[in-house]
Amino acid sequence: MTTPTIAPPDLSHYGRFGGRFVPEALIAALDELEAAFHSAQADEAFGARMSELRRHYGGRPTPLYLAERLSAHAAGPDGAAARIYLKREDLAHTGSHKLCNVLGQGLLTERMGKRRIIAETGAGQHGVAAATIAALLGMECIVYMGEEDCRRQRLNVIRMRLMGAEVVPVTSGTRTLKDAINETMRDWVTNVETTHYLIGSVVGPHPFPMIVREYVKVIGEEVRAELLGREGRLPDAVVACVGGGSNAMGLFHPFIGDTDVRLVGVEAGGDGVDTGRHAATLSGGSEGILHGARSFVLQDDYGQVRPTHSVSAGLDYPGVGPEHAWLHDTGRATYTSATDEQALEGFRLLCELEGIIPALEPAHAVVPTVELARRLGPDAVVVLNLSGRGDKDVDEVAEVLRMVDA
Amino acid sequence: MTAAIRAANTDGRAALVIYLPAGYPDLETSRACLEAAAGAGADLLEVGFPYSDPLMDGPTIQAANQVALDAGCTPDDDFAVCARLTAAVDVPTLVMTYYNLAWHYPGPGQEGRATAGSSRADGLDDFAAACRAAGLAGAILPDLPAEEGARWRKAAAGGDLDTVFLAAPTSRDHRLQAVADASTGFVYATSTLGVTGERQSLSAMAGPLVTRLRDVTDRPVCVGIGVTTGAHAAEVAGFADGVIVGSAAVRAAGEGGPEAVAALVRELADGCRRSASVA
Repeated sequence: MTTPTIAPPDLSHYGRFGGRFVPEALIAALDELEAAFHSAQADEAFGARMSELRRHYGGRPTPLYLAERLSAHAAGPDGAAARIYLKREDLAHTGSHKLCNVLGQGLLTERMGKRRIIAETGAGQHGVAAATIAALLGMECIVYMGEEDCRRQRLNVIRMRLMGAEVVPVTSGTRTLKDAINETMRDWVTNVETTHYLIGSVVGPHPFPMIVREYVKVIGEEVRAELLGREGRLPDAVVACVGGGSNAMGLFHPFIGDTDVRLVGVEAGGDGVDTGRHAATLSGGSEGILHGARSFVLQDDYGQVRPTHSVSAGLDYPGVGPEHAWLHDTGRATYTSATDEQALEGFRLLCELEGIIPALEPAHAVVPTVELARRLGPDAVVVLNLSGRGDKDVDEVAEVLRMVDA
Repeated sequence: MTAAIRAANTDGRAALVIYLPAGYPDLETSRACLEAAAGAGADLLEVGFPYSDPLMDGPTIQAANQVALDAGCTPDDDFAVCARLTAAVDVPTLVMTYYNLAWHYPGPGQEGRATAGSSRADGLDDFAAACRAAGLAGAILPDLPAEEGARWRKAAAGGDLDTVFLAAPTSRDHRLQAVADASTGFVYATSTLGVTGERQSLSAMAGPLVTRLRDVTDRPVCVGIGVTTGAHAAEVAGFADGVIVGSAAVRAAGEGGPEAVAALVRELADGCRRSASVA
């Protein structure tokens, strides 16, 4: 399917964002990866294999579900709000949208003749997806995960190990996603000739943001086709949570050229953007260079990267993909934030109104979606990307909400 | 810088380059350690400016970085160390840090830069000027590859600073040419694939990389990453113009301060000499 897009000036940069700011040792591997990607894109057999696996292994296309009770809640007693659709990425294999990306990159790894995959993970969803694809393709898989995140997301640590991956707790720096990425980069610098860094979001040096986007944009393409069929129109707004930004980019990208479609990203506001204890990079950060790309970064005035805070491990990251920085800077997309408290409220709303336990990451986008639906009124259609399911989060949520009997 | 390396070569030895981070174990001791290195035979010094996310560094330098950052060291503190150092010693001194730190210099009070607007200035000209003011001869930014380096090279030229770029065993020939063309002072050949840190033995990749660099440039080639002992230095001195030692020196600084650094540097300098006379 072809969709109209506004192409950035070249493939490696998005306006002044993006690029490759990595040690020289990695440049050859980035070149090799880019060449493999383009050759795979032109290879019908590669595309056919990916489609087959997406459908019969991964469970795509995922449903687009009209959330009537959530829409009615948004409308309130006066009864006027937009129809809210949920893109059910939580129903995809491994429980999140992450499989689209790892499937593509896993097949690329095979194409490059490499047998060792390394990955970083925050909430563990990408780590689980990477472990899954490594098992499927018979590859070795090492996942770097911050020590603090290993504690918060114990279930995903077990899932990764069950599938044969080695989970390495990272104890450097802030012991969260940022430091897991540093450790994975260090492994890659060391083992680059035999190893593919299966990066988990639209971040990092070129060509990663482009490749990951191309593999996740199937989300928005499915939404577009499905809505045109059912509503005979495009949505008025699409909403997604943003950490590094892969699920949001997957949803947004096919709509970038449709300027009547609002693109709304929701970042992790933690205790509130004005408290400094948050992970809302576009809302509260500044420009800089982190993890190989120029983008927005949560950092101090000297450029030292700051510790972040979010109830959700998957959004607890001080950077954001360079294409999001470009969409933000050009005003094409709007980025807002939801606090931990609002995320927990969104979590409860979906549990109680729709019988869906969402991951804490997309739970951030629920309250802003409800508010937007109210504002846009009854003729509008809003799509929320429900990027993952919340099984991994129930311990954490129960603890925060004090739901467990002492 | 080139002159200092060539002088050592003429003297029958490889130039010895010692890296130590500012602020480790504290600002004053780091300066004393760097001076001790110069006094014990280092031909060039590299001063590391600690950064929160040093992805090219192994555990030893990461930990030293963290000590300095936890103590609140800022780039201006690091420049103050450099200024006193370069006033006291007569060996060329470079800064080694990550691009984001240079890009943000001088830090607080520059809010206008990072907020919305069409054309954004960065801090690279200010950083180059501060290097010059502190008596530094050049800079190494290991996460800045040659293809993204044009802006920094322009700023460095304005500050009359040498720009040292890294070449890796994985670099293809056309990239080695680009790295050599972007580098002034010397070319930094990374001996192996990996982050900084001490190694048991020297990688076999270093020699062939230096040979390939010789085909594309007349500039001096110095070899770093994993060079740990006098014996390693002797081996490298057999084929390279300079030997770069970081983590081993950082460990010495942490364990025994300036005396330990001086002892290590004497051993390394001896290695540089012995082998070059053999070769």
